[in-house]
Amino acid sequence: MAENAITTKELIKKENLVYQKTRLLTDDVMHYCPGCGHGTVHRLIAEIIEEMDIQSEIIGVAPVGCSVLMYNYMNVDMQEAAHGRAPAVATGIKRLLPEKYVFTYQGDGDLAAIGTAETIHACNRGENITMIFINNGIYGMTGGQMAPTTLVGMKSSTTPYGREVSQMGNPLNMTDLVVNLPGTYFVSRQSVHTPGNVRKTKKALKKAFEYQALNKGVCFVEVVSNCPSGWKMTPLESNKWLAENMLPFYPLGDLKVPEE
Amino acid sequence: MTEEIIIAGFGGQGVLSMGKILCYSGVMEGQEVSWMPAYGPEMRGGTANVTVILSDNKISSPILDTFDTAIILNQQSMDKFESAVKPGGLLVYDGNGITRHPERKDINIYRIDAAEEATKMGSTKTFNMIVLGGYLKVKKLYKLESVIKGLKKSLPERYHHMIPVNEKAIHRGLEIIKEVATVN
Amino acid sequence: MEEFVLMKGNEAIAEAAIRAGTDGYFGYPITPQSEVIEYLAAAKPHERTGMVMLQAESEVAAINMLYGGAGAGKKVMTSSSSPGISLMQEGISYIAGSELPCLIVNVVRGGPGLGTIQPSQSDYFQSTKGGGHGDYNLIVLAPSSVQEMADFVGLGYDLAFKYRNPVMIQTDGALGQMMEKVKFKPQQPRSKKSPDWATTGKTSDRERIIITSLDLDPSRQERFNEKLQVKYRTIVEKEVRYEKIQCDDAEYLFVAYGTSSRICQKSIQMAREEGIKVGLFRPITLWPFPYNEIREMTGQVKGMLSVEMSAGQMVEDVRLAVEAKVKVDHYGRMGGIIPSSEEIVEALKQKIIGG
Ligand SMILES: Cc1ncc(C[n+]2csc(CCOP(=O)(O)OP(=O)(O)O)c2C)c(N)n1
Ligand code: SF4
Repeated sequence: MAENAITTKELIKKENLVYQKTRLLTDDVMHYCPGCGHGTVHRLIAEIIEEMDIQSEIIGVAPVGCSVLMYNYMNVDMQEAAHGRAPAVATGIKRLLPEKYVFTYQGDGDLAAIGTAETIHACNRGENITMIFINNGIYGMTGGQMAPTTLVGMKSSTTPYGREVSQMGNPLNMTDLVVNLPGTYFVSRQSVHTPGNVRKTKKALKKAFEYQALNKGVCFVEVVSNCPSGWKMTPLESNKWLAENMLPFYPLGDLKVPEE
Repeated sequence: MTEEIIIAGFGGQGVLSMGKILCYSGVMEGQEVSWMPAYGPEMRGGTANVTVILSDNKISSPILDTFDTAIILNQQSMDKFESAVKPGGLLVYDGNGITRHPERKDINIYRIDAAEEATKMGSTKTFNMIVLGGYLKVKKLYKLESVIKGLKKSLPERYHHMIPVNEKAIHRGLEIIKEVATVN
Repeated sequence: MEEFVLMKGNEAIAEAAIRAGTDGYFGYPITPQSEVIEYLAAAKPHERTGMVMLQAESEVAAINMLYGGAGAGKKVMTSSSSPGISLMQEGISYIAGSELPCLIVNVVRGGPGLGTIQPSQSDYFQSTKGGGHGDYNLIVLAPSSVQEMADFVGLGYDLAFKYRNPVMIQTDGALGQMMEKVKFKPQQPRSKKSPDWATTGKTSDRERIIITSLDLDPSRQERFNEKLQVKYRTIVEKEVRYEKIQCDDAEYLFVAYGTSSRICQKSIQMAREEGIKVGLFRPITLWPFPYNEIREMTGQVKGMLSVEMSAGQMVEDVRLAVEAKVKVDHYGRMGGIIPSSEEIVEALKQKIIGG
């Protein structure tokens, strides 16, 4: 080490602090696989809650999926829903606590397979909630089975020879569906595979929480994400694969924005 | 003959497939076998273990608390299973990453540095076969030819070109296993 | 002759399903049984027999796909684990109420709610006492080895079609995940004939066929219920299955099924080494339950311990059977914990022999 190099002790000082974990995340070690998008989106949500200073006014609903233990990481009140039922649970909370912020966080199996009815009807009723949809094109939790969002030709443990349209149908683009429902107020599709995209996702999520106060309907954000374990790739490969394969089918951008 | 074994290490070390090959070797010699893995998220990057029972008779419980043999491949498993070896039983371990070596005085202990050897052999994938070879040196359960047949049965056809490398690894294991302490 | 292969219980169910001539499998992934659908996806059953297999969007959908397929006279099955089976209860009740045959596999995990993915037997009440609404019964088979996991698929279909009734194989995560030797029956062709009650399209030579469980006229609905009850009584008379192990000289009895019955067999060895003469009574059909056969044992043994991976569910049926003639108690672990053989021997001593 060079003579004039600063020591760790000198480095760890308040004035040198450039980034800090938000206190809205607990100190629990996340169980997610290395490189998984779930952790990033959790952090964004926590930061937004801190920035908006609404910790005491927000209730989250966790899904069944890899993010089933989300309530361990978020320093807010949360309820665990049955697989796919988060929008119904959130409806119950919001209708009875209309002054509070309520959000759901669901994977593609949860939101777009077993929970399709709850998703469509919460969106159609225009519940005043924020729905966050993590689309990684696979069932991560149960070991990599096909999801409704699995791309054509994509391999999974229940499509070991690749998804075939004649057998399994086409991938379901849930966000394109809900955008057509009158009950959605703000709909956006983002991703977290590059730092730039993380920033854009944060902006969209923040709007989705802020608009909730207007009581104008569902604010829905899809985050196109990765699953290195289920896709059997390294985190880097998975981000590259996401950009090349997922994004052409699930293009990014705001799909419905309120007229100012 | 009944042999009750626990094989424990990290997911990805080939713990489960080593157990399966042992079972298939038993099947080749007409034995009853059972293979009971610990399953669940425990597997993801964490520890993996499997209880294997090989017997001339019908197997009662596939789930056990004590074992004739423990094959231990990381420190967590050492902490968990050293005490589960029956008195007079066998403990085989890989020294790689072990910070606290086995301490019991009433069991037979062998060490096999298979991780190191696998790297030398240029294929870390053969790690579990080296361990298996070592174990079979201490416990002469099966004819080598049954083990090779068992290996063939448990590998999907597309991996059959790997059999010679694995066979070599088994032989290497036979050679490098070292006695640490024995009681009888 | 086919040779033995090593397979997980879940995979054995899947292979046996293809061989039994299943026409359609519909399921949704859930641990600890996803290997069933994964095995089928890899085995290309469509190329082997023309069998259809489909990953449904939910268990609710899967069971209704069964309803449709069964109503069309086909051999259909699904598999799931506890939370998924709970979701299927509405459909199961409709299938029973429409007198349709089908096979449902429940690889039980610990509950209630999302619970744990580890093995359990806490769905006994759900399987044997209804589960869904209305007066109906499932025939419930409880395998205790990988071989039986395979064999009971064929047996299940036979019973389902014989009685036009849904059959459930109730097993658990341990049997689903463990590997043992298994020998399969040869491939059976898929049936080309449709039963005469199936909706296959009305031809001029027959009346139209309606599959329904609805009858708004209470007296007709009651008559239908009575007909169902007659069927259930026949099943009770004819289809009770069980196994007795080391019972000849037994002074005490374990009553256990599935994984628990395997562990009890080890407990028997241990207890007998100490001179305690204990045997095992293993119900194979959980419904119809072997009440009479257990009652007969009261002439021989001094007490019975029902060993279950639950808070004590089957023990209620054992008590009903025994009619207080000998002491009956329960020993069990919950939440995905499997009791050890030692614990069970200890419980026998404390609760039955000493107590
Ligand atoms: C009723 C019911 N069926 C099935 C399951 C098993 N299960 C748990 S999570 C999951 C799917 C998870 O996939 P996804 O929602 O895409 O989330 P990810 O794990 O990929 O984040 C399934 C099928 C369950 N818990 N409950
Ligand atoms: S399995 Fe996939 S979705 Fe689940 S934590 Fe791992 S990478 Fe993320």
